[in-house]
Amino acid sequence: MTAASTPKSLKDNPILARWISFEVPGKVLIRPGKVELGQGILTALAQIVAEELDLSLGQIEICSADTAVSPDEGITAGSQSIEMSGASLRLVAAHARAELFQTASRRLQAAPEILSCRDGVFFRGVEPVGLDFWTVAADVDWTKAVEGPIAVRAAADYAIVGTSPLRLDLAVKISRGGYIHDIALENMLHARVVRQPFRLARLTNADTAWLSKHYPGVELLCRQDFVALVGPDEFDVQSAQADADAFLTWSEESGRWQPAQTAGEMRAVIRDGEVPLSMTNLALRARYSRGYVAHGSIAPSCGLAFYEHGQLSVWTHSQGIFALRDQIAACLGFDVANVRVVHAHGAGCYGHNGADDAALDAAIIAIDHAGIPVRVQWSRQDELSRAPLGAAMSAEIGAALDAAGSISAWRMSVVSAPHAQRPGFGGHVNLTSAEALDARKLPGRVEDLPDVAGGGASRNAAAIYDFPSHEVCVALDTSSSVRTSSLRSLGAHLNVFAIESAMDELAEIAAADPLEFRLRHLRDQRCRAVLEGAAKISGWPGSRLAAEGQALGIGVARYKNKGAWLAAVAEVTVDEAVRVKRLWLCVDAGLLINPEGARNQVEGGAIQAISWTLKEAISLENDRVPALDWQSYPILRFSDVPQIETRFIVDRGSPPLGAGEASQGPVAAAIANAASRALGVRLRDLPLTRERLIQILTDS
Amino acid sequence: MTNRVQCQVNGAEVSFEGRLDEPLLLALRNRLGLKASHFGCGLEQCGACVLSIDGQARYSCALPVSFLDGASIVTPEGLADDPVGRALLEAFDAEHAGQCGYCLSGIVMSAFALLKANGSPTREAVIEALDRHLCRCGAHGGILRAVERAAKGLAEASR
Ligand code: FES
Ligand code: FES
Repeated sequence: MTAASTPKSLKDNPILARWISFEVPGKVLIRPGKVELGQGILTALAQIVAEELDLSLGQIEICSADTAVSPDEGITAGSQSIEMSGASLRLVAAHARAELFQTASRRLQAAPEILSCRDGVFFRGVEPVGLDFWTVAADVDWTKAVEGPIAVRAAADYAIVGTSPLRLDLAVKISRGGYIHDIALENMLHARVVRQPFRLARLTNADTAWLSKHYPGVELLCRQDFVALVGPDEFDVQSAQADADAFLTWSEESGRWQPAQTAGEMRAVIRDGEVPLSMTNLALRARYSRGYVAHGSIAPSCGLAFYEHGQLSVWTHSQGIFALRDQIAACLGFDVANVRVVHAHGAGCYGHNGADDAALDAAIIAIDHAGIPVRVQWSRQDELSRAPLGAAMSAEIGAALDAAGSISAWRMSVVSAPHAQRPGFGGHVNLTSAEALDARKLPGRVEDLPDVAGGGASRNAAAIYDFPSHEVCVALDTSSSVRTSSLRSLGAHLNVFAIESAMDELAEIAAADPLEFRLRHLRDQRCRAVLEGAAKISGWPGSRLAAEGQALGIGVARYKNKGAWLAAVAEVTVDEAVRVKRLWLCVDAGLLINPEGARNQVEGGAIQAISWTLKEAISLENDRVPALDWQSYPILRFSDVPQIETRFIVDRGSPPLGAGEASQGPVAAAIANAASRALGVRLRDLPLTRERLIQILTDS
Repeated sequence: MTNRVQCQVNGAEVSFEGRLDEPLLLALRNRLGLKASHFGCGLEQCGACVLSIDGQARYSCALPVSFLDGASIVTPEGLADDPVGRALLEAFDAEHAGQCGYCLSGIVMSAFALLKANGSPTREAVIEALDRHLCRCGAHGGILRAVERAAKGLAEASR
């Protein structure tokens, strides 16, 4: 089997030595540019390489991504890692294998075809020939660029890919740690940053006398509005941070914050079909919304840095070490060549959380303490309130039905806060401390993520259904000072929720079963298959008419309209609150590299989606994010988690698709559809909290 | 208050001196270098820092060291020395119970305290024991299966 095309990662980094090394006898070192975020990506990538090289998994060692040595694979996001890094490493391994075989056959003066290998040892028939990968590797030119087509193993012959070996990192993490938080460099200083209480808040007074009286071991570092507490003892700096109100005063300087420029510009995502939608003859016109959602990593962000002789090293759990390096360099006036950023494992981030910000924090402090390593730990409140938030959004849908009860025209208009304000995006630094150091670093003009990258607000705004007339417009709303950026699935969560809610509302108007109504408008075969699969395992439509206050609901989407397909059926009860009792998921993510890993991603995404849908939204106070903790921002608990049944439709011949973000939209829709049916009232605004139910029931 | 606290950590005698208002979590991590137990909030709200203290699962992020004179503490590093702990570690691995794993340091200690007190807990009892723990990755299903698998394995081994 020959691999079709060269993935972008490999095109950008064609030198074999960037990816793979045979320098340690018995081991193969691989160096993916993608990073572990708890999604199990490293294990899956190791499986791919082991498969291609006939090695056992234990022979693969994975180096952490490091701007000094790793291939630049961009950001680890958008469910692209398996598609991108996996495909690249498969080709790298295949090329490496070909080079090793050729070198071995030259030494033996035998044709490469008569050789085979197992665990890195060469055989002729059943006889070892006395050579292995490591003895011949020295004669291979690893600085060669990967070129031309190469044969890869046929999917039918996979022995390691498609199985679920134990995660390479999990057991160690439980019993010994191994996160960035656990790194202790010699003589390390601990630091806490006292964040601005709102965007561009001004530090007007710092009572250093108070601080040195109460915390003699803590030093105060102020640079404009950047404030750090630094000292050798972590308990001291942590306590001083908790007491910050006693010695720091912040105030507002009017006119400092200005909204970015794109506010209000509408752009069309698609415009299909001739029939103009008559706005007077609509069967449905409805608006759906969600609020700001926190990433809510269980680990508050952490950053480490060391500065000496003009060289800056930074350790981070960021999703994009190269972009972060560039922005740290730009922000602090360094040449990029003098900044090195190394990835270290963090807790799950689910998008652009405080990781990058914490890295810059550590860098700023380290430069002030040359020769001494610095560790910055964020507080729980800052992680929930001062890291970028998931964007608040709304979508208005208008649709007309024809005489037969099918949709004749569909118009959707999305308004959203920005989803893409990662470091460097749109030409802005996009790091919170950069704004504290220099208020002019505020982004001036904000763009949505381009549609080729899956879009941000426009992600999944185009419905997967075939409508005769289909128009979708998207506008960014930059009127709030709240910092928003990428949160798992970006706009797909609200867009799919809106589309799938409207489909249910229209089915009801057309007096059709919601499943049948969807299928009526759906040509995509794989999408039909997951819908029908979810219906089958859930026993759709269930006995939903029987029990009052209990119902099934359904939702479906193809992530980004080019990734994995997922259909969800939720069984929900509504009494004083909405509770999800059971959830059925049917997924087509192509070939599964590691089925248990894929299941974890899909079910984990579903549980997070239940939490967003039932519980999560941040209420701003005067356009500011209040200091939150897990009491004021509750998330789903063990006792709230439903029984989940997941079925994968697997075609080994289909390329693997990321599965980590496919659940968000369909699960939200399935829950809201079920709850609306159980209640007899349509729920269009997330989250479906108890307060919201009461409000809706009083209104109706 | 005396300025010295004597306790056991994973079976070893340990003494803390100096600032005894320091939370146990920080003392373990920074003074003893035991990094497996994690800081998640410092507010007794998430469970990442839970340890077994005299057989009880307790938050350590706001628990002053001064309260621990004479206590016997087990941290995740000590689990491998105990049959129940070993069964749990193996079961979490086998069930792929966790994604990032950051929450597990506390969850596994609550499970340890539970199984020490009740060798065959019902699912409801496991949920109750873990309900104060947050897991943002949504690994709940695997975690529940892992605790039950460990319990089952221990019950079979003792038969
Ligand atoms: S760190 Fe102790 S409960 Fe969160
Ligand atoms: S596994 Fe990541 S928070 Fe639980």
